[in-house]
Amino acid sequence: MELILAIGIGVLTASGVWLILRPRTFQVIIGLSLLSYAVNLFIFAMGRLRSNAAPILDSAVEGADYADPVPQALVLTAIVISFAMTALFLVVLLAARGATGTDHVDGREG
Amino acid sequence: MPETYLILLLAVPFAGSLLTLVVPRNTRNAEALLSGGVATAALVLTILLYPAVADGGVVRVDIPWMPSLGLEIALRIDGFAWLFAVLITGVGLLVVIYARYYMSPKDPLARFFGFMLSFMGAMLGLVLSGNIIQLAIFWELTSISSFLLISYWYHRQQARDGARIALIVTGLGGFALLVGMLIIGHIVGSYDLDEVLASGDVIREHPLYVTALLLFLLGALTKSAQFPFHFWLPQAMAAPTPVSAYLHSATMVKAGVFLLVRFWPAMAGTPEWFWIVTTCGMTTLVLGAYAAIFQRDLKGLLAYSTISHLGLITALLGMGSPLAAVAAIFHIVNHATFKASLFMAAGIIDHETGTRDITRLSGLIRFMPVTATLAIVASAAMAGVPLLNGFISKEMFFAETAVTNANGFANWALPVFATLAGAFAVAYSIRVVHGVFFGPPPVDLDRVPHEPPALMRRPIELLVLACLVVGIVPAITIGPFLASAVHAVLGSETPYYSLSIWHGFNLPLLMSAIALGAGTLLYVVLYRIGGFRLDGPPLTRHIRGARIFERILTTVTVRWAQALSVFAASRRLQPQLFLLLVIAVGVTASPLVGGFGGLGEPQAADVAFGLVWTAGVICAAAAAYFAKYHRLVALVLLGGAGLATSITFVWFSAPDLAITQLLVEIVTTVLILLGLRWLPERLENMLPAREGTRVRTRRYRDFALAVVSGLGVALLVYAVMTRQPPDGIGRFFIENAYTQGGGTNVVNVMLVDFRGFDTLGEITVLGVVAVTIFALLRRFRPARESIGKPEQQRIQTAFDDRVAGRRAGDSITEYLLVPSAIMQWLFPVIAVFAAYLFIRGHDLPGGGFAAGITMSIAFLLQYMAGGVRWVEDRLRILPMIWIGMGIMIAVLTGLGAWLFDYPFLTSFHQYVEVPVIGRVPLATALFFDLGVFLVVVGATVLTLIAIAHQSVRAHRVRQAEPEPAPTTAPAGDGGGGEGQEAT
Repeated sequence: MELILAIGIGVLTASGVWLILRPRTFQVIIGLSLLSYAVNLFIFAMGRLRSNAAPILDSAVEGADYADPVPQALVLTAIVISFAMTALFLVVLLAARGATGTDHVDGREG
Repeated sequence: MPETYLILLLAVPFAGSLLTLVVPRNTRNAEALLSGGVATAALVLTILLYPAVADGGVVRVDIPWMPSLGLEIALRIDGFAWLFAVLITGVGLLVVIYARYYMSPKDPLARFFGFMLSFMGAMLGLVLSGNIIQLAIFWELTSISSFLLISYWYHRQQARDGARIALIVTGLGGFALLVGMLIIGHIVGSYDLDEVLASGDVIREHPLYVTALLLFLLGALTKSAQFPFHFWLPQAMAAPTPVSAYLHSATMVKAGVFLLVRFWPAMAGTPEWFWIVTTCGMTTLVLGAYAAIFQRDLKGLLAYSTISHLGLITALLGMGSPLAAVAAIFHIVNHATFKASLFMAAGIIDHETGTRDITRLSGLIRFMPVTATLAIVASAAMAGVPLLNGFISKEMFFAETAVTNANGFANWALPVFATLAGAFAVAYSIRVVHGVFFGPPPVDLDRVPHEPPALMRRPIELLVLACLVVGIVPAITIGPFLASAVHAVLGSETPYYSLSIWHGFNLPLLMSAIALGAGTLLYVVLYRIGGFRLDGPPLTRHIRGARIFERILTTVTVRWAQALSVFAASRRLQPQLFLLLVIAVGVTASPLVGGFGGLGEPQAADVAFGLVWTAGVICAAAAAYFAKYHRLVALVLLGGAGLATSITFVWFSAPDLAITQLLVEIVTTVLILLGLRWLPERLENMLPAREGTRVRTRRYRDFALAVVSGLGVALLVYAVMTRQPPDGIGRFFIENAYTQGGGTNVVNVMLVDFRGFDTLGEITVLGVVAVTIFALLRRFRPARESIGKPEQQRIQTAFDDRVAGRRAGDSITEYLLVPSAIMQWLFPVIAVFAAYLFIRGHDLPGGGFAAGITMSIAFLLQYMAGGVRWVEDRLRILPMIWIGMGIMIAVLTGLGAWLFDYPFLTSFHQYVEVPVIGRVPLATALFFDLGVFLVVVGATVLTLIAIAHQSVRAHRVRQAEPEPAPTTAPAGDGGGGEGQEAT
């Protein structure tokens, strides 16, 4: 399981890095989204992978072992913030495209 | 209850400043009454505090803030601080009354009075600080208030420049002061003012004394406009005159000398102190007075005179004798009274004649005899004429300079320069009186001047009366107050001093007589030879501090910065990002070079999970491949990768994350879909026939970096996952979530309770982002080729035209008719689902974030089904208000804990018996979550509709201009603004 997820995170990162180095704003926005998946999964994985141990307390089970809630709380925040970032970046992209007439990240072709 | 008075004294002006925001605009009486009331209240509180400080008493209030760091909010008032508090509140009250008549009804008065009151609060905070770090903070706050007030008429270039220079000079000084305070605190071992003042010997003998002194003086001397930092004060005269009277003569510029007096017991008495402070003070005294003589602008003259008088006070403090300190404190008060009244008189003259140019003014005593008389008396006090308050403190100054000094040079230089400056002061005072009020009637003024409203004159009358009374019977008027102030600073060192006006024939009297005679003679000579036609003092006219300062500033912040950026920076994003990533990879790899500690063996894996990520990996790589030419495909593939992420969360016990991820995925997709329409067409055959080598190399290089990053991250995450986790803080949350947070969903309890402060910050960011998006799109100008209707709409309209019996637009209305109907029906269903997610959130997966996004999807579907206009005719969409309400609810819930003496955001939970339903757990965290919910709904909806509205707007632009060339969008129009209109 760990190996699969590690490969997944690696490919997400590689695709994201490739895209944010591209010249077109849309490529960068997709790249940032892929990178934020990778980063969120990375943080999440720091709590180790555990199945069927959701940190929802159950009084019926005494001394139950739960997954680490700390990375989860951090990632929950990160998901919402990366949504806000994507939205803001999209609007900046649109405004830049209107103002400069190009969708190149530098605001001019070349 | 002096402690309560003290706290109130600081709180009242700030509260008043906030209140000015809610008073209806452009009701200047309401604003002035409010401000006057606040100033009166502060003055009364100050007076009530007098008995407690009269006989050397000190009132202290300590509110713990960060006790572990030795930081606390400490308020402290003694006789000296009390004297300043009276100046601040008393002159403040008079200035408010004056400003009521001075300011034009067209000026935004809420802003003016709001800034004035916040300045009053900052200045009071400064003089009442019992902690030296806190003092430095209030010190900066006064600089900021001063900046805002100087730039009050910000449409004027002069005001903006003046404000900027003042802020940079005093702000840099404030920074130096802060560092100085930190060093002093380090030497003493405490930031407490009382302890610092009691450790004078320790400070003076410490090796860091000189460093601390230099930084400390840098702060004090910049604030009090001492040479060579004096140039900001004349520039600050671009402020409205009440501001000049209040901040730049009576109070704020006195902060520097306040600090010198306050720290006198701790820092003074060394040769370094004597030479630096006295030299600065004497130079400023003489140069300021000299420059004042040749100013044509009345306010400019008063500004230089203020600089000169501040120099006098500084010089006194530099001398280091207790008697000189008494004179300095006395002169601070005297100068405030006569200079504030002169500024106000200058403002009246400006108001009535339309000019402040002394060469254009003349003979005004005929038109405004009362104002003229008042100004003449105040000018005489400024010149140091007997029977006025200025005379007494100036005599004391002369007496101090004449005291035999161990240093031969100082021995003769001090009295000579003092007399010279005295003569200059007489000359410029005569210039004010003779130049403005006497001589022939003025010619070519815009209007005929006359006396101002009586109430506008009243503050001047009071101040001039004070000059007279203090000047004639000092011992029974100012005497006791001065005594308590002096005692507070000098303690047991308080010398014997006499406040009588006649000390017999002695050297100071002779110096006064010489100054008066020489000054008069100087004026007559200059008048005869026409020296006053000059604008600026001869010889030094071309050396302008402000200009030199600007030049240095330009060199440092423009030329050097440009040179550096040419050398080290790129304006292109790609190389920047490349470098950033290379550094990131390098930094991450460097600690691993020595050894890695090995990797764990791969464990048995579930095939289904392998399939999920096979799809996920393909989606990610394909999205990277297609993002250039096939945006829609890339977007769909991005969703695929997101889905794999979401499934991973479910698989590994993170249901909350999975829900949120899935919902965010939906909203993000819709958002980007809305944006796609405005992007330029990009087709594969638009590629240049042959790619340059440069482009190709870059692609290979980027690809290599991407592969390295991916491999590195995969390796790292695998290495971590196959190791035993350390015992983290997770256990604490699991053990305490229910007992302390009252919920069984640990992640949610962490978000709304344990880490509530974080979440509060996060929702604030969300709100800020949404409002930023809204603001950016208000002036959105689409590219020319994106203005036209989308292709699909064109085809539909063409179809309508072609087929008989159909009108244009029919196809568009019929588009997705059945799904639309279903989507409309879904609104209540999704709303209930959102409510369900919200309520269960504390105990089961769900919560404010998930519920908020669900609710915004409900709105979103309505927009998709019915169109912008249809929805906004039927629903009240007020996302801005939701965001505001949400943040307010969250903050208020947090503050509620204070009522029960718990820290901010402590939650409370209990089971409540609800009829029919039964026992329900209820935690105050639920209200906090409600705030989160509202902000998320508001922010998401605001963002989406702001983008969605662009299509409606483009349609309007198209109708307005048949040619597709709208180079300018109508200002202030557009965006989600229509959402507001429709409701």
